[in-house]
This record gives sequence, structure tokens and C-alpha cells, in this order.
Amino acid sequence: MAYDAQTLEKLEAEAAEIISRYPQPRSALLPMLHLVQSVDGYVSPDGIKFCARMLELDPPEVSAVATFYTQYKRKPNGRYTVGVCTNTLCAVMGGDAIFEELSHHLGIGNDETTEDGAITLERVECNAGCDYAPVVMVNWEFFDNQTPEKITETVDKLRAGEAVRPTRGANDLVEFKEASRILAGFTDGRASEGPAAGPASLRGLELAREKNWEAPAQPQAAAPQAAESAPEPGAKHSSAEAPRDTGDGERKA
Amino acid sequence: MTSPETETAMVTFTIDGIETTVPEGTLVIRAAEQIGIAIPRFCDHPLLEPVGACRQCMVEVATPGPDGSMRPMPKPQTSCTLVATDGMDVKTQHSSEVADKAQHGMIEFLLINHPLDCPTCDKGGECPLQNQAMSNGSATSRFRDQKRTFAKPLAISTQILLDRERCIMCQRCTRFQQEIAGDPFIDLQERGAGQQIGTFNADLLGFEQDAPGTGLREDLTTESALRRTSPGGEPGLPGASDQPVGAAAADISGRPFSSYFSGNTIQICPVGALTSSAYRFRSRPFDLVSSPAIGEHDACGAAIRIDHRAGKVLRRQSGEDAAVNEEWISDKDRFAFPWQRASDRITRPLVRNAETGELEPTTWQEALHVAATGLQQARAAGGVGVLPGGRLTVEDAYGYSKFARVVLGTNDVDFRSRPHSDEEEAFLAHAVAGSGMGVTFTDLEKAPVVLLLGLEPEDEAANIWLRLRKANRRHNLPVYSVGPFESRGLHKLNGQFIAAAPGTEPEVIDAIAAGKQTDNAEGETISQLRELLSQPGAVILAGERLVASPGALSSTYALAQATSAALAWVPRRAGDRGAVEAGLLPQLLPGGRTVADAQARVDAGAVWGVEDLPAEPGRDLNGILQAAADSELGGLLIGGVETADLPNPKAAREAIAATPFVLSLEVRASDVTELADVVLPVAPPSEKQGTYFNWEGRVRGFERALQSNAMSDHRVLNAIADEMDEYLGLPSADIALAELGEFDAWEGERIPAPSAPHGDVPKINAGEAVLATWQQLLDLGRGQDGEPYLAGTQRQPVARISPQTAAAASIIDGALIEIANEHGKITLPVVVTNMPDGVVWVPTRSHGSQVRETLCGDAGSVVQIAAGTAPEAAADQKEVVA
Amino acid sequence: MSENKQTGSESGGATLTPVLSKRWDQTESWTLDSYVADGGYEQFKAAIKMEPGELTEMVKSAGLRGRGGAGFPTGLKWSFLPPPDGGPRYLVVNADEAEPGTCKDIPLLMADPHLLIEGMAITSYAIGCTHAFIYLRGEVLHVHRRLMQAIADAREAGYLGKDIFGTGFDLEITLHSGAGAYICGEETALLDSLEGRRGQPRLKPPFPAVAGLYARPTVVNNVESIASVPSIVEGGSDWFAAMGTEKSTGYGIFSLSGHVERPGQYEAPLGITLRELLDMAGGIRSGHELKFWTPGGSSTPILTAEHLDVPLDFESMASAGSMLGTRAMQIFDETTCVVRAVSRWTDFYAHESCGKCTPCREGTYWMRLVLRRIEAGGGTEEDLDTLLDMCDNILGRAFCALGDGATSPVTSSIEYFRDEYRAHITEGGCPFDHSKSALFSYTPRTTSQVAGSDQLAGTVGA
Repeated sequence: MAYDAQTLEKLEAEAAEIISRYPQPRSALLPMLHLVQSVDGYVSPDGIKFCARMLELDPPEVSAVATFYTQYKRKPNGRYTVGVCTNTLCAVMGGDAIFEELSHHLGIGNDETTEDGAITLERVECNAGCDYAPVVMVNWEFFDNQTPEKITETVDKLRAGEAVRPTRGANDLVEFKEASRILAGFTDGRASEGPAAGPASLRGLELAREKNWEAPAQPQAAAPQAAESAPEPGAKHSSAEAPRDTGDGERKA
Repeated sequence: MTSPETETAMVTFTIDGIETTVPEGTLVIRAAEQIGIAIPRFCDHPLLEPVGACRQCMVEVATPGPDGSMRPMPKPQTSCTLVATDGMDVKTQHSSEVADKAQHGMIEFLLINHPLDCPTCDKGGECPLQNQAMSNGSATSRFRDQKRTFAKPLAISTQILLDRERCIMCQRCTRFQQEIAGDPFIDLQERGAGQQIGTFNADLLGFEQDAPGTGLREDLTTESALRRTSPGGEPGLPGASDQPVGAAAADISGRPFSSYFSGNTIQICPVGALTSSAYRFRSRPFDLVSSPAIGEHDACGAAIRIDHRAGKVLRRQSGEDAAVNEEWISDKDRFAFPWQRASDRITRPLVRNAETGELEPTTWQEALHVAATGLQQARAAGGVGVLPGGRLTVEDAYGYSKFARVVLGTNDVDFRSRPHSDEEEAFLAHAVAGSGMGVTFTDLEKAPVVLLLGLEPEDEAANIWLRLRKANRRHNLPVYSVGPFESRGLHKLNGQFIAAAPGTEPEVIDAIAAGKQTDNAEGETISQLRELLSQPGAVILAGERLVASPGALSSTYALAQATSAALAWVPRRAGDRGAVEAGLLPQLLPGGRTVADAQARVDAGAVWGVEDLPAEPGRDLNGILQAAADSELGGLLIGGVETADLPNPKAAREAIAATPFVLSLEVRASDVTELADVVLPVAPPSEKQGTYFNWEGRVRGFERALQSNAMSDHRVLNAIADEMDEYLGLPSADIALAELGEFDAWEGERIPAPSAPHGDVPKINAGEAVLATWQQLLDLGRGQDGEPYLAGTQRQPVARISPQTAAAASIIDGALIEIANEHGKITLPVVVTNMPDGVVWVPTRSHGSQVRETLCGDAGSVVQIAAGTAPEAAADQKEVVA
Repeated sequence: MSENKQTGSESGGATLTPVLSKRWDQTESWTLDSYVADGGYEQFKAAIKMEPGELTEMVKSAGLRGRGGAGFPTGLKWSFLPPPDGGPRYLVVNADEAEPGTCKDIPLLMADPHLLIEGMAITSYAIGCTHAFIYLRGEVLHVHRRLMQAIADAREAGYLGKDIFGTGFDLEITLHSGAGAYICGEETALLDSLEGRRGQPRLKPPFPAVAGLYARPTVVNNVESIASVPSIVEGGSDWFAAMGTEKSTGYGIFSLSGHVERPGQYEAPLGITLRELLDMAGGIRSGHELKFWTPGGSSTPILTAEHLDVPLDFESMASAGSMLGTRAMQIFDETTCVVRAVSRWTDFYAHESCGKCTPCREGTYWMRLVLRRIEAGGGTEEDLDTLLDMCDNILGRAFCALGDGATSPVTSSIEYFRDEYRAHITEGGCPFDHSKSALFSYTPRTTSQVAGSDQLAGTVGA
């Protein structure tokens, strides 16, 4: 196997940890393929054989899984996957234009990587951020309410090695391999970075607070809880303010 | 554990208005078949688990609600997944527009991307999709866009070609490999409209290759891999080294499509997606004549179908026989038939020219005359030894048996053209001969436990292996095996491995019988096995190879007695069991009668119409060849015998050469015919009528498939007898079989059960090991000659030794090992395996590993082992790819 | 027709009822401290003192229906589990939110992961599960971080692990990452995927309740369903059932996206109407009018302005010829080409079809080609009939609901906008200026300027 002894040692130890999370070893296959991507930057033939050997499967059974899911790459991926949502809603709201602009700007098409190995451009399906359309996912972090200008600026920064902050995510982007490692279940301890929610997520809540709309009082509810759960006037604005402004700003743009 | 036979509840329901009653749990599509209603289907197969993928078999269904009123199901249902329930009302395409529309829609979907190459497709003419399209499809297509295309064909092994465009994703092949063969070397790849069947072919699937040459061999040698050595002793993937030597071996996965049963996927493919390299473009099904026949390559007696045209066999398919092979056969039974028409086929009688010393073609008349005279003189000058071999039909075996006693007046007859012993003959005479049908395939399926002794069923009795796997999958049949290492075959049976170095089998078997702990590592397993074997229906299968370990057959018989488990003897050749019944043994007459028993001889004499028969027990094969070597014999009558199979091929050839007169009855030129004075051609199985008794003792008769003037052995013997003015009276197979039938079951005394002492356990010094060996399903056997595609799926010949043995001899896993004795040397790649120390396993007759020819030895022989250098093994492998 | 029983602080008119979303604006709402400060895990403490059966009954009588789209009664699903046999039983939370237009579970998990974990703890206790799983789609990195952290913190604090609260109840939660497959939202495909296989649906029966994960009794529920459990335990089933309609009780998150002034998440009682929601969201973007919308994602037949007052509950949506689905309202104004929209959705279904069954695999492939041809102006009138007949041959014939979903936009759009399809055919192309639908102004590029522009997500590489 092409992995050097040290890499193999580590891979085996981490695969063993993944396997230990499940009642049956085979369940570890999806996270293990993410783990392989965190080492090789894609699902390599060696990675396939590694998973097969660890799980006592036949390689065709592993490739059967690796070729079924779109997040598994079969050639070395760029440091950043820029996924433009071109499913209907985002496409209509500007996603198609964004993809075209990016494709032109980077000189690459769908599922292609820039020569400097920085950016892999992709069309992605709905990523559950429709209220922030058009959405672009960079290494699976949200870039909400995008425009051709914003995203080209973002990719230029990424290619220049500058830090970039997703709209709803960690304070700056991690590279593809690190992101894959997180999907394999190894956290980077950055859960507490970023906002709780973006502006769109809060619109209904804010309106309710504004209008004092609430669910009916809970009869047997323990009073103290109810009291606590009613937010302090000051508190509710604290975390929501900042993102809301940018949000509104974007909408006017 | 098998569930006890219980009354199965029945359900009554209607299909197209016809009421039918079936056992609870029956699928609607099966029930429909039983009342003659055909519902089109593609993915459905009665021996595979339902999958409901093709959606072709849709029917309209209503079921009675609590109030009894019928409640139609909102959607049409797939009848291949729908279990019939009481009062259900099923409407097929015959009586329901909904079902008919659904089926028409489905066939249209299946055809939009199907290529229009029926005229050049092997399946054309016997293609369910084609038939369905013709009968139910629309004449014109509404599809006017671009069809999906794939490169074609794709070789997934030397034997199997895949045409992805034709595939309709029914998954019969992958389900077969997964459920039946246990070799998931192909699986679904990609998804949606891009989904396809395939091996792990990195280039095809677009996986960018990493550093070249990262094959599995390296995997096996990594430290970590060794640490993770599986119970089977095979580092990493169990059976990883069982990779074929042919083109498929190039598959970088290291686990190519090397299943022994891969050919079945071609037969069950409902379209032309899977085709055979050997048959591709050879013929049209409607030009073929199909003749039912019986597989001649092992003792399972699998039902096969010979498809031939103009006197030439073009392919063989599995026959259907629920009691024996269901619908499955090994690739050997399917593909290994060209040997019967090989270029070295003997078509005319040959007589050796005294001057030139060459064999020369001559007339039957002259040849028979020379043969008769030769035998008469030999009979007078010390007698004639008879070596008929183990591949005969019962009729031919009976012919030799009667010919030996009546015409040649001798008991010097032995069919065992392989290692054998008196202990074995006693075992066969006491426990096998004349015992009729014993353990059956069905018994195996229902058994609470099966113990394998000296038997590797995947290699040596393929259909037994398939049935054991079925039983294990269906109800976790526990299979135990005593052998040198846990084979891939046993691994796939989820079997329990009990280690025994060659020569120690009797100890282990006695330990099982004693049911008590031993210092053996498997002590735990062994101690509980006696209990398990004492359950009703428990089965012990004793392989022919046990003979190599003195005392093993005796211990086995004793174990069966002690546990009252059913015992069956499983030989390797199609004719072995029949030969035992026909009395092709020095101490045995037909029907289990003992030569030494006067009454037995009277019986035989009565059937044969002769006054007296030789009363002296004869010599066995070794004895006969020894006598020949010592010039005690006047002649030899030899049937289908390969000297390479004999205990000592070199000595055998010398003995034959030293014999004044040698008469050979053969299909093809062999090293026996090379040494014979007269060679009379006989018919191969497809050119004669005959019968095999399979390992169960089941009668497996077959008709002549191809017309030819080749004669069966018994007819040739009959003609020789006539020429000798003797009366054999076996002009036809029917008469021969009928006459054998006159030997009713022997009530008289039998040869006592074997009670041979254990042989001495071989002692080894440093640098030595005890040899363990068996023949792999696909090897150098001449029955596989002329089939390079099949040869390409042979497993790579490797030697196996334990980690400690390897360390002691400083042999590296994956490198070469030399196995030698005074006779010769074998060099093979070695796979370090969890197995007893001081033992080396090699295949008996594979490329680079011809144990008997090279080492003149067998399991139990002591050999020297050392790290190898010569690249012979590699060279050998290339030849095979051909 | 059902009527909204919810009475909010305002008299009359529809109001919002933030329950699941009420903590989303709290400072660091995702942390354990914040959650506990707001009374988090109190309901778990209360529940674990109750009989498991009581909890199932409570959820049953609350009338909670699955929030993943199908609307199957959650309590009933739990009650289908066979009696305990000593072997494991599993809870699997379906967090594979991928239905186009659906964007409610991801913000919930991002802002309040502990709410799900408490719901899982209560549910696991109710069904006798000691190892629960969250199947989270792989494409939301930060939610993975938040859930991993939340699970770790909850275990640290003793809300998970062995002998919880000294009651002897054990519970482990494993977060499992998907890898990009819409089909895994189908519960049996999800289970195969969780077992390390291709996410292809399983034959039913056996149903997951009997033989699910590892062939053991298993409950598979949507994130929002499980997150609703703590509040039901707190408020009681009557309190919950008091909201919503008779057969569609309680509150749910309504996701408004597209051409509306203030797209976002609006948590309201089931039975609210789109007109009411639009009022709250500031209406269609100014200067434009509603053309068509999906009530519950792209798999639910589209509706038009004539359906503005149909209550958004399971029954009313069904009688209007659509489905409530995931309450994912994708709003499109008159600038949107319906053929383009449907063609793109069909690309999606073709891309996501697992390939197992014929009608979905081949049908979506074929529909995609035809729709693209029509959109490009190469269509014929027959194509429309062929499309409808194809849909007829897929709907109810496919192995799972994905095939059915693929037909929804096609049949419903041809029903409401056949003339617009005709326009593409007669005018030999799309009569719309797509740039007018975008939220920003831009000059469309000619395809030649766009590398690989013929490719779309869903292109079969063959």
C-alpha cells in the first residue's frame, strides 16, 4: 500500500475509533471514506483498498459506495470546493448567473479545478439555505445571499491565501482535507465560532417578539422555566443585531 | 439450527379470478406460475431473494378489510415481492388495465436506453427482454433523444464479458455472487442512470491512480497487515491470495472476479449484458440442440445441458434439478468441455509396430485381434492387472469388473488411480459399497451440523459447497472442518476451523469422538462437537483425501458410530462411487460382495453364468504396478488413467513400460497410451449413454448427446471378449445397468470395519515441513484442456506456511518458497497463513506445483523448505493466461 | 376545510407561535449553558420519571405528525415497535434535509442542537433505545461541529452516557455523516446508508419498526418531529393539540423562500395560509406578483395564486391536489419561467435517482431530456402528452417516493401552465429574460464564455 508506515498507522488508529462508534463495523464506511479524503484529498484507490481491508469487504463493495455519493471525489480536489447551488430556486434567484460568472472568472467548468489547485468549481443541489438564496457553499460552509461580485471576490481571496469568513459558520474557512476530517467525526473545536442564526432564520421570531405573539401558555409548565424562556429585552437583540444588519444590507444591494 | 418439520399453514386467494391455495409466505408471482399464469419479470429469480427492482411484474391487488369488503391497494404491486394472503384478489395484465398499462410503461422505460443490437447479441433468441418487447412492447418508440452509451464489452474476467449498455439493473448477477457464491467481486457502481455493474476498476470509474504498482501483494506484506491476520490466517482480506492468474488478476483491487461459479451469472442474466468469452458470437440459441447430461468433473452429478450444433458442443448450461444442483453448476462443469474434442483425441485403433516401435492406426478387426491375443498370452503368463480409473460410467465400470473376473480370471483390479490403502478398501467395502442412497444434498441442507474431514468442498465437490452455504445462510448451519488451514471456502461458510497437521487427523478425530478437552488450540470447539454430532440429522462428510493419513478413516468410522451421525464418503471423480458399486476393487465384487465370501462368489457366478470365480483377493493399484515392475504380471489393461494422478507417476510409468503387454482404452493420447502396445479409442461422456452414481449414491443417467461411432468402454471390452471367444454379454449400456441391478443388496458378511492403527506423526527437523495438499477446482487437470478463458480464472498457485515456520526458515510473506525432497523441487509464492507450524500447503496439481510428479509424494510427506529464488512460479502463471 | 384554532395574544388573525425557534436569538444559544439556563433538559428529567408507555401515549394524543413531509403520526410510529426482546432497539434521527426548498432543520440544529438531543433522550427512553443515531447530511460543516460539541457536552454533563440521573437508563448518541445523496432522506435508504451501504431503499415489509437498523426494531423520525417532543412533554398533549387544525395539530416551521420581501423561517400553527404568511413576510418582492409556489418542497405539486387561502395543513393541501410536505414554500413571481424551473427540478431528480428501480432511473433520465429540449425550443406538442404519460407510468410504480416526487412538478406545471410550455414550442425557445428573476442585475454571458456550461448537476457522465 502506498501509505507510508506512519500515515497507515494513524489511519488505522482513526479508522478503529470510527468503527468503535457503531454496533457493526461496516457502518463506519461513509465516515472512513471522508477520512481517506482528509488524507489524500480525494478517495484514492489505496483508500478504497484500505477501507476494504479494515472492514473485511471486497474493494468493489467499497467503490460501490464511494461512487454513489457525490461528496466523494475521485480525483485530487482543490483546497476549496466552491459549490454554487443551481437547483431551481437558487438558479432563478441568480445562481445560474453566479456559476457562469465564476466559471468565466476561473476558466473552469463544473467539477474542474484551477491549475493552482486552489478552487474546485461545482454545481450543487439544494443545500437547505433557500431563505438565503442565492447560496454558495465553500467547503460546505454557508455563503448566503451571494452575487457574482461577492463570490468572485471570495475566490480571489482564497486563491491569494487570505482568510475568508463564511456567513454562517466558523470564523474562517478550513481547507478541503480538514473539512473532510470533521465529516469523519473528528472535530476541530470551532463549534462556538460564528452566529447562532442568520437574519432570515430569525425573521419569524423577531416578528413574533415585535407583535408579542407566543404559543399558548403551557398549563402544567413549571413557572420559572416559562419566565426564563421569555427573553430579556436586552438579550434578544445582542446576538441577532449584527447579522441582521448585514442581511438587510444585502437584500437592498 | 433447522426448524423442525411443521405443518405449514395454507392461504387461499384468487389470481385473475382463479382460486388457488398455496403455503403461507408464497409470493404471488410463484403462485401464479403454479396455475399457469405468466407474469413478465426480469429481476425475479426463484432461488434469489426478492428485490423488486425492475418493476416489470406489476399486478393490481385488493385485500379484504376487517369488515370483509374488498379494499383495492392504491398502487399496483410487484408480484415478485408480494406475499399472498387469504382472500387477496390479484389481477394480472390479463384482467387488469392498470397492470397492463404499468407493464407496458415499464418495458418502454427498459428499452429507451437499450441498444438495438439484438441481431448481434448472444442472448438474441433466448432473451427475456427481447421476448417481452416482442409480445408486450410497442411497435414504435416514443423516445427520440440520445441513448445512454457505454464502451463495450468489458472483460470482468477472462471468462465473463460485460456489456453495460444492455444491462437492465436487475441485479441477478450481483445477488447471485452475494447470496449464492459468496464472492461479491462485482457490485453496483455509480448511481441513477449512470448506475452499472462492475468490479473495482479504478480507470473505468474515474478514480485517479496513485503511485503505480500498489497491488495487494504489498498489502499482505505490511507489518500491520500481518498483525491483523484474520482467523482464516489470510492477512487483510480473507482469501486475498486466491486471485486468479489470468487477465482478471490485473484488476488493481486484488480481488478480481475469480468466483468458481461466475458462469451462472451469464445464464441467469435476463439480457445479453453478461456473455462468455468462449461462446461469444459462436451461435444462435435457435440453431442449438440441447441434450440433458450430467457433469463429469466431480462426484456431485450436477444436471447440465449440452447445447450442440452439427455434432459440435458450443456451450454447456446448468440443468435444473432441485434435489441435486438446483440451478447452479461450477465453472468447471460449465466451461470445461473442449477436452472431449481435443486435437489429441484418438479416433482410430492403434497398434504398436514391432519394428519401428511406433503406434500405428489400424482397423478395429486387427486391433481387436492383437488385443485379444495379447491378453490371452498375458493371462497365461502371470495374469493381467486391470486399472480402469475413476472416471467411468457405472456401465463401463461394471464392464471392467466383469471382464477382470470372467474373462481375465483375476481380482487384480483397482479403480483408485490415486493414493489409496487397504484401510480405505476396508472402509469402502464395509461402509460404502452396496449401501445405496445415503446422505443427500437435502440432508445437508437440513442438518443441524456438518463436519468436513479431508474435504475442501469448494474445490473438490462444488455443489456440496453451494448447498452448505445455502444452509448456512438460510438457517446458520454450523460447519466444522478439520484441515491444515481455514480456506476461503470455509470462511464463506462461516465455518469453524479445526487445525490438524497432516498425519494428526486421527488424533483430532478421536479427540472429537472422546468429546473431551485437548491441549489443542481448538480444544473448546472439539469438546462441544461430539454433542452437536449426536443430534439427529448430523452429518460427517469424509473426503477421499483422508486415505493419506493412516488411521483417519478408521477413526472417522468410529466417530460416526460413537455419535450416530450420518457418514458419507465424498470422492473426487464422477465414476468413483459407481466403481465401488461395480466391484472395481481387489476384494470386492458388485453390490458390496466380498471376493473372499463363497456365497458372494456364487451370487456373482449366477449373474455372470460362470461356475467359479477367482477366490483370492487381488492386488491393489500399488500392488499391481509393483508386480508389473517385478515382471510378475503378463499384462495390464488400463482405462482412463493419468499417471500424474498416481502416487508415484515416475515409478508407474516404469512399471507400465516393463510390462510385456499393455492394452489402453482411452479417449485422448496420454502417457499411458505412449507406453501401450494396443490403444483402443473409447467415447467421451458426450458421445455415449451412461450412468454415474454421485456421492449420495444417486443414480444419474444420461443419454448420448452427440452422434459418433465412438464406443463406450464396456462395448469395446465386449468386442475384445468376443475376439477371445469369451462371453461378456454387455453389448449395450441398458443391458449392463440391468445386469448390475441383478446384484441385489448383499445381506451376507462384509469386510470388517477398518481399524487401522494411527500412522506415526511425521517428525521434522529444522528446515523441514510436513506436506499438506489438495487439488484446486481449476488446475492442470486434463479435463480442463483447451479452455484458456477458464484457465484464466484459476486461483494463483501459492504455498502456505505459518508465521513461525516462515520466520524459522526466514521466508518472507509474498516472496518465493522452495519445497524440495530427493525427487524434485517446487517453487511458489508463499502466503503466510495462520496454520499449524511445520506444515506447508501447496495445490496438488497446479502450475508450478505438481506434487506427485515432482515430489513423488503426498500429504504427510516430509519436505525441505527454504526461501526461493527462481522465478519459475511467475513464468508458469503467464502460460495460463494464454 | 379546517379552521385555525390557535388564539394568540392578538385577537383574530393568524399569529406565529415560536416554540422550536424561540431560542434561536439567544446569545450562544447552541451551548449547553444557554440551553440549561432556559430550562433545558428539565423535560427529560420529568419524562424519565414517567412510564415509557405514557410518553408514547402523550405524543399520540398530541396528534404530532411527522415533520419530514409524509406526516405519519409520530406516536403511532413509536407504538409499532414490537415488545422488547432484550435485543437492541434504535432511534435514528433523519437530519438529511435535502428536499429542494426545505431549510428548517439545518437552522434549528445550528442554533439549538440541545433541543434535538433532549428530544432524542426522551424518545429513546420512551421506546427503550440505548444507542441513537443522527444521520446528518454531509454538506453542512458547521452543523456537524455544533452537534458534535453538543453531544460531547451533554455526555459530559451526564445527560447522556451510563446510568443517566442514576435511573439506570443508558444512552449513547452517534452523529453519522452522509456524503451527498438526496435519496438518503428516504428512511430505508437512510438505514442502508447508515449501515455503510449504497443509499438505496429497502423492501417494505419488513418495516423499520420491526426490522430496521441492523435488522432490529427502529424508529426513524425527522429532526423537527423529535425536537417537538420536549415541548409536548412540557405543555402536554392538549396544549399541543390546541394549536393547528383538528387532524394537523400543533405548530411547525414554515420556510418562505424566493421572490418574497422577507424570506425566512416562520413558526406557526399548522393550518395558517400562504396569504397570512406572505403578509408577515412583507409580501411578494415589490412590483411583482405571485406566479406559482411549492407548499412543501419540489416534490409537492406546485400551486398558484388561487391557492393563497388554502390552509397549510395535511388535509387541505391534499384536497387542493398537492401536499403539505415539509412546509417549504418556494415562491416564484411572474418573471420566472415555469419550464425552466421544472426542467431544473427534473435535472435534480435525475441526478438523485438512486438507480434501483426502472421507472425512476429511466423515467427521470427521459423526462430530463425531453424537458431540456422543450426549454431549448426543440419540443413538440406530443412531447407534453408523452411527459404526462411518462409521469403516469412512474407515479405509484416506482420503488419509493422519489419517483412520485419527480412527477409532481411536471404534471402540476403542465396542468396550470400548458400555454407557457406551448410558447416554448411555438416560439422555438424560452420567452423569458432570466435576468429579471435574479436578485441582482447582470448581463447574461453567451455560453461560449462559460467553460463546461453544458454541464449541469445531474449530468450522467456516460
